[in-house]
Amino acid sequence: MRTHRVDVLVVGGGAAGMAAAASAGGEGARTLLVEEGSRLGGVLDQCIHPGFGLHRYREELTGPEFAARLVAELAGVEVWTGQSLLEVEPERPRARAVGTAGAVEIAAQAVVWATGARERPLGALRVPGARPAGIFVAGLAQRLVNIHGLLPGRRALVVGSGDIGLIMARRLHLEGVEVMGVVEIRPYPGGLLRNVIQCLDDFGIPLLLSHTVVEVHGRGRLSGVTLAEVDETGAPRPDTARFVAADTLLVSVGLVPEVEGIPFAPRDPTTGGLAVTSRLQAAVPWLFAAGNCLAPFDLVDTVAALGARAGTAAARYARRELSPAPAVAIGRGPGVAALVPSSLVPGEEATLYLRASRPLARAWVAVGAGIVGRTVHGVRPAEMIGVRLSPEETEALARAGNATVEVIPA
Amino acid sequence: MASNAKRARRRVAVIGAGVVGALIARELSRYGGEVFLFEREVDVGWGVTKANSAIVHAGFHEQPGTASGRLCVAGNALFPEVCRELGVPFQRIGAYVLALADGERAAVEDLRARGEELGVPGLALLDGDEVRRRLPHVNPDVVAALWAPTVGITEPWALALAAVENAVDNGVALHLGEEVTGVAVEGGRVRAVTTGWGTYGVGAVVNAAGLAADRIAALAGVPVPRITPRRGEYLLLVDVPPSLRPAVLFPVPTPHSKGILVVPTVDGGLLLGPTAADLAPEEGEATETTAEGLARALAGARRLVPALPVGNVVKAFAGLRPEPAGGDFWLGRTGVRGFYQAAGMRSPGLTAAPAIARGLAAEIACDLGLALRPSFSPLRRPPPRVAGLPPAEWDALIARDPRYGRIVCRCNRVTEGEIVEAIRRGARTVDGVKFRTRAGFGRCQGGTCTDRVLALLARETGRDPEEVSVQGPGSALVVGRVR
Repeated sequence: MRTHRVDVLVVGGGAAGMAAAASAGGEGARTLLVEEGSRLGGVLDQCIHPGFGLHRYREELTGPEFAARLVAELAGVEVWTGQSLLEVEPERPRARAVGTAGAVEIAAQAVVWATGARERPLGALRVPGARPAGIFVAGLAQRLVNIHGLLPGRRALVVGSGDIGLIMARRLHLEGVEVMGVVEIRPYPGGLLRNVIQCLDDFGIPLLLSHTVVEVHGRGRLSGVTLAEVDETGAPRPDTARFVAADTLLVSVGLVPEVEGIPFAPRDPTTGGLAVTSRLQAAVPWLFAAGNCLAPFDLVDTVAALGARAGTAAARYARRELSPAPAVAIGRGPGVAALVPSSLVPGEEATLYLRASRPLARAWVAVGAGIVGRTVHGVRPAEMIGVRLSPEETEALARAGNATVEVIPA
Repeated sequence: MASNAKRARRRVAVIGAGVVGALIARELSRYGGEVFLFEREVDVGWGVTKANSAIVHAGFHEQPGTASGRLCVAGNALFPEVCRELGVPFQRIGAYVLALADGERAAVEDLRARGEELGVPGLALLDGDEVRRRLPHVNPDVVAALWAPTVGITEPWALALAAVENAVDNGVALHLGEEVTGVAVEGGRVRAVTTGWGTYGVGAVVNAAGLAADRIAALAGVPVPRITPRRGEYLLLVDVPPSLRPAVLFPVPTPHSKGILVVPTVDGGLLLGPTAADLAPEEGEATETTAEGLARALAGARRLVPALPVGNVVKAFAGLRPEPAGGDFWLGRTGVRGFYQAAGMRSPGLTAAPAIARGLAAEIACDLGLALRPSFSPLRRPPPRVAGLPPAEWDALIARDPRYGRIVCRCNRVTEGEIVEAIRRGARTVDGVKFRTRAGFGRCQGGTCTDRVLALLARETGRDPEEVSVQGPGSALVVGRVR
């Protein structure tokens, strides 16, 4: 097997990986970007709707346009598409990849993990009933429609109001599919407010909050589902059950960070993603990570920003410029549903990305029992709250030995 | 005409390409004569075979003196050889029957006595401390356990597919999507079977029709009691740490069933279940899960292993198993000459299948005067599988066909080459590819690869994507093109 030597290996050619590779390359590191698909872009490729790039490029782009911008930034980066990463050695930054030309060993100084997330399947919800054809995770339906030009069905219902589900409700509607509604078990939507307005409200597609699918029907192909309202505990109320005929069920019930390729790297118990410090560095010091393999993010711009930081940090590590630093664990207090990163490096700037566990008109985000605090208006679980911490603040939190984050109604 | 009739007398129709019918067809192909294998589904092993506990039992659950007891022990002994010949996964990981209260100790001792009477090798009674030492993850209330080292796990559908492939290589004619609608009997012996496609003169019929076996027997005028479909619901977990799946775990059995189990799968998962709910005979296709059933499967499994990683559940499903009146298999000759039963295959039907197949084929060969065929080969060339392949062998495979370097299913590491090979070997549906290659069986349940599998099925079989189904007629994956 031939060995390929680089400074920084970036795994995954989506937004996070491309941004990481671009900034590692920009730092002068010999950088290799490995992507499994036949072209770069990752999930951006199938996101043909606009709404990307408002932060990074200060204009509104579609997914493929955003991807094309990032591709253009990859000058000097070696790119391998159609190459699957097989494994990374736990002891050192060595990896094995395979493609149609066979297997290659990659010897790097640092690795950036940017493999994104996968969609949670309906089976994970343990919904009873049949298992007919016609049930698609929303991203799969999106690929069928936008990449392959194929229509998944004629009369669809969406379960889960995650952003992909909202986008796909509109997409199917535009293709002439009768979209019966979007069902959400929580009393508030799982996706961004702008997507609720632009994808559902603008097209008269109902959003059924506090509803869930309690049974799936159909032999061969889906014939419909039984819906029911849920009570405050999320338990279905049998008296509200009703049948909705549909041949298609789109499932948009959450993303799961894809970190199975690096089983040796500790995961964050609350997000299931890779546990990293505020430098985006894993417990294995040569491993860095960015994007949805940390936790599902709301905006691709944020993902790209994280990627850029991880790429820079990896390049500095490869140059031996990133000195080891102890990190202080960040605690999850009340009101916090998800939080990245898992720990803080004192005396350095850091950004916390968190999701609140419920909507609040006004909230006080407190870190370290109020050592740091921010007021946030219009808190929605679908939208990540960014809390930028100055070097002085991270230092103060470390001194206090308390970096627990709370979201308190205010 | 006379030679036609003579030829027909050397023909055997096997009805049902589940694991039992598949293995019988394969065993029959050792002999001269013609074998037809009829299956009403569009693929092999899509009935009872597809959704069961996938356990190769030791035999201690059975009553001494029963066919199921004798054939379970014999079938277990044949499994390593059959799976090696056919290239099917089989792992003899052993099983524990856990007594979780003093009142259950006697049941475990009884199982050991039964097993020893049936000749089950290696059984051992362990005290609670020993069980806790060996299995730190199980319910700490355990007071005793029966250890049965010969219990194994396999993939029943893979065994059925492999057996059919080998049978076809040895001359068996496979008729998929062809339901048997009549069995002609004249002068007390079978003469022909009729399907939607035609009539086939035969000298023997094997009824391996699973849940429909009572209906097939009735077609031949063979009186049988009805078969009750017993529904079992399961939860499937993937990517389970090895410490949670060292062996199969049983509770002490009830008079009704073996109870709810925790079963490791051959590819690193866990199966929880089954429940046992008897359905009306006309509900023989009701594979829906229920809220109560899934809750019971989970509760039963948690009784054995309290800390199950429930977040790793990716699928809930139900299977039907035939529950014959009388509780034992229906096997062999019947009042109609040439009509043979291989039916009522309740648990341990999978385990017993290789022994049943061997015995029944010999019986039929004897009755029809068929001699062994020297050209028979028991070996199937297993399809290449890159997962777990040594790097040098994988590279050699890629050098021969670069499609083995293109991974389509990331969860289970399945390449385009493997999917194309599965299609070459008969997969025509998305599920057909899944059951042959494991593409879509993993943690994402096909969310990442189904569109590519669809494209490959369309490309390799020269069809439009709209013509590709998930599991046969009426289950199209996509319905048309975008505007």
